Amino acid sequence: MDVSTPEVTSGTGVNGARPARRRNFGRRTALTLLAYLAPAFVFVAVFTYYPLLMGGQMAFRRWSMLDLTSTPWVGFGNFATLMADELFGKVMINSTIWVIGSLVPQFLIGLLIALGLRRNFKLRGVYQAVVFYPWAVSGFLIGILFRWMFNSEFGVINDMLMRLHLSSEPISWLADPNLALFAVIVANIWYGVTFFAIMILAALQSVPDELLEAAALDGAGRWNTLVRVTLPTIRTTLLMTILLRVIWIFNFPDIIYGMTGGGPGNMTQIATTWMIRYTQQGEYGLASALGFIVMAVLVVFTGAYLAILTRENRS
Amino acid sequence: MINRDPLSLKIFRVAGLIVWMLITLFPLYWILLTSLKPASQIAEYPVRYWPREFSLENYASLFQKSQFGSYLLNSFVVAATTGLVATVIALLGGYVMSRYEFKGKGVVMLAFLVTQMIPAFIALGPLYQMFTNLGLVDSRFGLVLVYVAMTIPFSVIMLRGFLANVPDSLEEAAMVDGATRFRALWNIIVPVMTPGIVATFIFNFVNCWNELFLSVTLINTEDRKTIPTALNGFISSFNIEWGPMSAAAVLTIIPTMVLFAFASRWIVAGLTSGATKG
Repeated sequence: MDVSTPEVTSGTGVNGARPARRRNFGRRTALTLLAYLAPAFVFVAVFTYYPLLMGGQMAFRRWSMLDLTSTPWVGFGNFATLMADELFGKVMINSTIWVIGSLVPQFLIGLLIALGLRRNFKLRGVYQAVVFYPWAVSGFLIGILFRWMFNSEFGVINDMLMRLHLSSEPISWLADPNLALFAVIVANIWYGVTFFAIMILAALQSVPDELLEAAALDGAGRWNTLVRVTLPTIRTTLLMTILLRVIWIFNFPDIIYGMTGGGPGNMTQIATTWMIRYTQQGEYGLASALGFIVMAVLVVFTGAYLAILTRENRS
Repeated sequence: MINRDPLSLKIFRVAGLIVWMLITLFPLYWILLTSLKPASQIAEYPVRYWPREFSLENYASLFQKSQFGSYLLNSFVVAATTGLVATVIALLGGYVMSRYEFKGKGVVMLAFLVTQMIPAFIALGPLYQMFTNLGLVDSRFGLVLVYVAMTIPFSVIMLRGFLANVPDSLEEAAMVDGATRFRALWNIIVPVMTPGIVATFIFNFVNCWNELFLSVTLINTEDRKTIPTALNGFISSFNIEWGPMSAAAVLTIIPTMVLFAFASRWIVAGLTSGATKG
């Protein structure tokens, strides 16, 4: 992640910026340091990389729990099976809607809240600690909470809509193929706003006051200062936060898994919930191939995103 | 800078913040309320926003119908052990990564970072096979091993960020005075960066407490299940019993919520500076 963001880290002062100095150290020190690093490395190698690599090669084998006696090499057979599946196109479209539909509102609401929190006020610390709590809750449990609130018979959301006369009859949010994706996205927006608010607030607080005062002296209004001075200053942080978030949301099935499990009729099935389903069916070959496709999509997206950014920065 | 905003903007800001706080808190209020309603009043329409009477019967039936006590204990033991082990290991690793330049350092860092980007589901099948061979399926110890590996990379990144704020003149002075490197780290650095260490521990604890897909894959026996694994069983049944379910949700959320509220300032510092320093 060479995309370090000076605005955010500037608070760490001189020490944060200094490079680790010692290059030439004795053999004894070298061994000590190796010993310090070894446990972390061994754990990650044995329990993360080894299974990941094993899983990686499963993508090219017919590997099903139904028949483990033969796991023949099938080349790109699993990939072909996936792409020939009529669900494939739908899953990719759903994943795209899931990411964009969640991310844009999360970003906009998060920005507004960060702007609201920018100036210190008496209860700001308390406010942040309170609004912060969704972070402590798993996406899976959030999914269950919203599943209950969106319940078609006894759900509080239907009740509110009817009391406000916005709907004349209970809506079956999670059973209706046209509404289920909307409902899971609403839950995800709610869950993700905090993250953006906190990242953007940290970036905003790194904008020097002098810059804003200078803008004010030049007669710039609030809106102009925001659009012409503040946002451009933290542009890199914003764009990097968005990129990391796209990757993260694409890989985030937990809310959907807790709320609908991908249903009804695969209407909320995204790439990673589809992977979970294959894993639960014991179809590890297909699940793993799907994992490769997810990674490929994300790598291509990241490459394109960074390329556009770099070109814009140059001009 | 202060007090220059017109009144209308101030009102707009305060109102906006209050509305968002209410929206944020509502699901929590709702699940708490549901859990405290008598079972007969949960399936009621129109919905009541304040129950006619409060009752703990959902909690009672949760502990009677399931082994929720065991789930709580399992989750606590696994999360606390992992948090402790991973934080210590990551502190040693983060120390090296923050203080020394060496060949291959970039590769090591990249290896840690990449684990955060790969869909972990690819590893589930092979892990299950590996654990079958090692006799670690259905074992809390086995779960701790995987969780330690899962939490180390981000802990290293986070602690490295906190360590960068501790001047190395501190431990150099101690080492000039004859302390070993480990003594200097333990006696000088650890006390200075306690907030960072506590935040990392809490972050790891909460991640393990909430982890679902690995535990569902590796644990089958009822009395060894962690809370998320058990909840997964609850929602998989055809007819979800929302009374005990909401009680379980409340008991799951409260411990981590308290921990996070306690350490939120440090965790935010670790996430916003440590994470972007890579």
